Amino acid sequence: MSAAAAPGGTGAGFGEPRHGARIAVAWAILTVIAVPLVIWVAGPHIPPYSGHSTQSSDQHTVNVVLLTAAVPVIALIWVYFGYAISVFRQRGPEIVDGPPLTADPRIQITWLVVTSVMVLALAVYGTIGLYNDSHGAGGGQGPNPLSTPPAGSTPLQVQVIGQQWLWTFRYPGYGGVETATLEIPANRWVAFHVTSLDVDHSFWAYELGVKADAIPGSDNVAYVKATNTGQFQVRCAELCGLWHGHMNSYGRVVNAGAFSSWIAARQQQYSAITKTLPPYSKVYYPDPIRRAG
Amino acid sequence: MEAHATLTSPGTIENRSLRGQVLGFNLIWGVVGGIVGYIVGHWIGTKIGNNIAAQSGSDQDDVAIFLGMLVGTFGFLGGLGFFAYPLQRMRGLPATLREREEIGRWRYFRLCTDHKVVGIQYLVAVLFFFFVAGFNAMMIRGELTSDNATVINSGNYLTLVGLHGTMMLMMMSAGVLGPLGNYLVPLMIGARRMAFPRIEALTLWLTVLAGVVLLSAIALGGFPTGWTGYAPLSDQARGGIDAYLFSFALIGISLALVGINVMTTVVTMRAPGMTWNRIPIFVWGLTTTSILAVLAAPVLAAAIIMAALDRTADTSFFLSSQGGSPFLWNNLFWFFGHPEVYILALPGFGIVLEILPVFARKPLWGYRLAVAGMFGVALLSFMVWQHHLFVSGINANLRPFYMFTTELISVPTGLIFLNAMGTLWKARIRFTVPMLFSLAFFFNFLIGGISGVFLSDVPSDVTTHGSYFVMAHFHYTIMGGLVFALMAGLYYWLPKITGLKMSERLGKLHFWTMFVFFNTTFFPLFAAGLLGMPRRVSSYNPSLHTLNVFVSVSAFCLGASMLILLVNMVWSLILKREKEVANPWEALSLEWQLPSPVPVYNFEEIPVINSGPYDYGVPDRVPIADLEPTVTGTEVGT
Repeated sequence: MSAAAAPGGTGAGFGEPRHGARIAVAWAILTVIAVPLVIWVAGPHIPPYSGHSTQSSDQHTVNVVLLTAAVPVIALIWVYFGYAISVFRQRGPEIVDGPPLTADPRIQITWLVVTSVMVLALAVYGTIGLYNDSHGAGGGQGPNPLSTPPAGSTPLQVQVIGQQWLWTFRYPGYGGVETATLEIPANRWVAFHVTSLDVDHSFWAYELGVKADAIPGSDNVAYVKATNTGQFQVRCAELCGLWHGHMNSYGRVVNAGAFSSWIAARQQQYSAITKTLPPYSKVYYPDPIRRAG
Repeated sequence: MEAHATLTSPGTIENRSLRGQVLGFNLIWGVVGGIVGYIVGHWIGTKIGNNIAAQSGSDQDDVAIFLGMLVGTFGFLGGLGFFAYPLQRMRGLPATLREREEIGRWRYFRLCTDHKVVGIQYLVAVLFFFFVAGFNAMMIRGELTSDNATVINSGNYLTLVGLHGTMMLMMMSAGVLGPLGNYLVPLMIGARRMAFPRIEALTLWLTVLAGVVLLSAIALGGFPTGWTGYAPLSDQARGGIDAYLFSFALIGISLALVGINVMTTVVTMRAPGMTWNRIPIFVWGLTTTSILAVLAAPVLAAAIIMAALDRTADTSFFLSSQGGSPFLWNNLFWFFGHPEVYILALPGFGIVLEILPVFARKPLWGYRLAVAGMFGVALLSFMVWQHHLFVSGINANLRPFYMFTTELISVPTGLIFLNAMGTLWKARIRFTVPMLFSLAFFFNFLIGGISGVFLSDVPSDVTTHGSYFVMAHFHYTIMGGLVFALMAGLYYWLPKITGLKMSERLGKLHFWTMFVFFNTTFFPLFAAGLLGMPRRVSSYNPSLHTLNVFVSVSAFCLGASMLILLVNMVWSLILKREKEVANPWEALSLEWQLPSPVPVYNFEEIPVINSGPYDYGVPDRVPIADLEPTVTGTEVGT
């Protein structure tokens, strides 16, 4: 063991290279190159894709912003570790002690302040994302949503009922008609009231950027404003038993006229069945079925 | 104290006859006791269950299953001899640690209170169940090479998912505390034993039993809930869920007891001169982990008792149709579950920060900051659990708060990165196998941490919640973090534990294959989640087929890479058995100053500690400890 190696022994005659400056330059170059790449090259390809709804566009923006903010952090760690691994290495079998540096309090405080400020900024940014014009960012807000669509926008109420292992959709504004397929109008606020008849499910309308857990005895409201017509996937995102993986279907966003005619047709088609359904309620309590297998 | 005399004198060591070994308490009688106990308990339970309407209507009587497991547990512990000592004490016999004072191979199959034997027993048990759970993962990935349930039917698939998750969580939360904690904490703080040697043995056998009970879920019809056991589903499931609940309760008890043991040992058993600022950072990591375990695991046990009552006695804690709430389980579970995540992270921090200074040949940079970081993580981990329920509709107005606390955890975690960066500054890095694993820890944990920021941000989380993104995230933190750290710890400390050399070449092969295939397995899964693939499904959107096949192939290679570890252990420790010197890494910390393997009583005399463990490069460094202090042996050790 050579206990007393001179600090910075390698470049003793020529002076220690300025490691900090090299790392800073490499970090700056990498960041300057990577940030535009992330924003303009990778950015448009980061799901969820924008354009389907206010919510999915918002989430897309958030993901791009977070990834962009992460780039300098990742770059710093990678450059630092990469530099340390390649420059501060001991070649050969000899074991040599490095300089016994003590932790400079200024570095510690700077690091603490910088990370704390970043965290605060992230938390503020995330909170704004919950209360801006996406009104809850498409997530389930529970029975008494805090962020609701602007007054006068009269959201279309759609109850989403999860059960093992299918989704049904009830439109209380249209006589409580219940359908097996989901259709919503474009450019109108929709309030999904998500609930379940048996176990926990989670209603995930992927392209719309909507996710709300369906929990028995709970009325979980999520808002969405679809901005384009087209098809979207509906999946279950909470393990609900045997056919959880098969609990998916498709929904459609159509324009207002098509929606009116579609719902009218459904009302007529299902009029006999609708009468036999239990009255519309925020939650339903069927008898618990134990040991379903 | 009578016990004290026997403890401080490395006197008589028994080597009992073979006949005495076989007929005395041992694992064989433990198994017999467990089976007999299960049968007796099951029979009594059937008598009770017949009088409960909900049970007699079912082909599986949950009362009988639970009672069978409970009586079986006592039978198992009785067969191992756990009740002999308390009974002797009740009869007035003197206090001893007799279970410890023996040598030979048989003690590995018995109740032994030597912390080093328990450490090795723990290691074998944990690695066994680790490989079982890993094999489950291989089967899961095998099924996912097809976008529809094909070879494995949906029910078995969910059981595999649940077994993999629960087994890994259970074994990895004991994975560092049990083997390395029990083995190393006394050596690192200059003690001859853990504070509670019988509790230490009890935690081991409870862990072993928990693993076996969990596997018995297969025979009871499997369970569909995954490791989270969400409530209305767990109420509906068949008997396999009883095994899940019971084994998780056993682990909860075991974890809390390990925590108490480690904390008490660190507080009360330190050698003279082992002041708070000289405790190795690994021991700090385990101490903070222990605090979490002691505070969180009882919550799990309570929740499990409620779930078990829902299933047996027809209570309705979690049934909304009868006045209960599924949210109650979710909250209780995650109140345990999130600290549990840090029970899996903090030992990893401890290991890598312990190893970095050794191979950087520099003092640990910012020791106090590292300790503060660990305590910060421990404290904050109790304030974040509702981020698991961001879209559940519970307390939506608290989402900004939980978002903030969750993101705040990255501050103390970031300190660990700062410690590592400071330690590497102008270092003399040697790329040994433990160092490679430690450096990879930071690469992986960075990705795990950054992806965690996405999940903590509610608008981003709405899409990624419950998707493969989450799954990739926690594999990056748990496997990329803890398991890499555990591997570092194994390659670092096994030469001390066994006194034998590990093959460097196989070790490096293991590292590089594991590092590469770990990343090719889990990084694409971030994309799978963002593209809309929910967790725990056996059929998925066909557009994700290529991605999943790629991941599966990577996962098989990752599994093969883990086998290299086994090959290395068999080759180096069983076949080749090349002796290793006492301190191959030339480390300065206390455990490396002892001979390998460590003698039964660790220290001839309780050492007197002179300096901290990381004085690399310090001019005029003194040896860390005086191993033969001039004070009389009986005075020290308190």
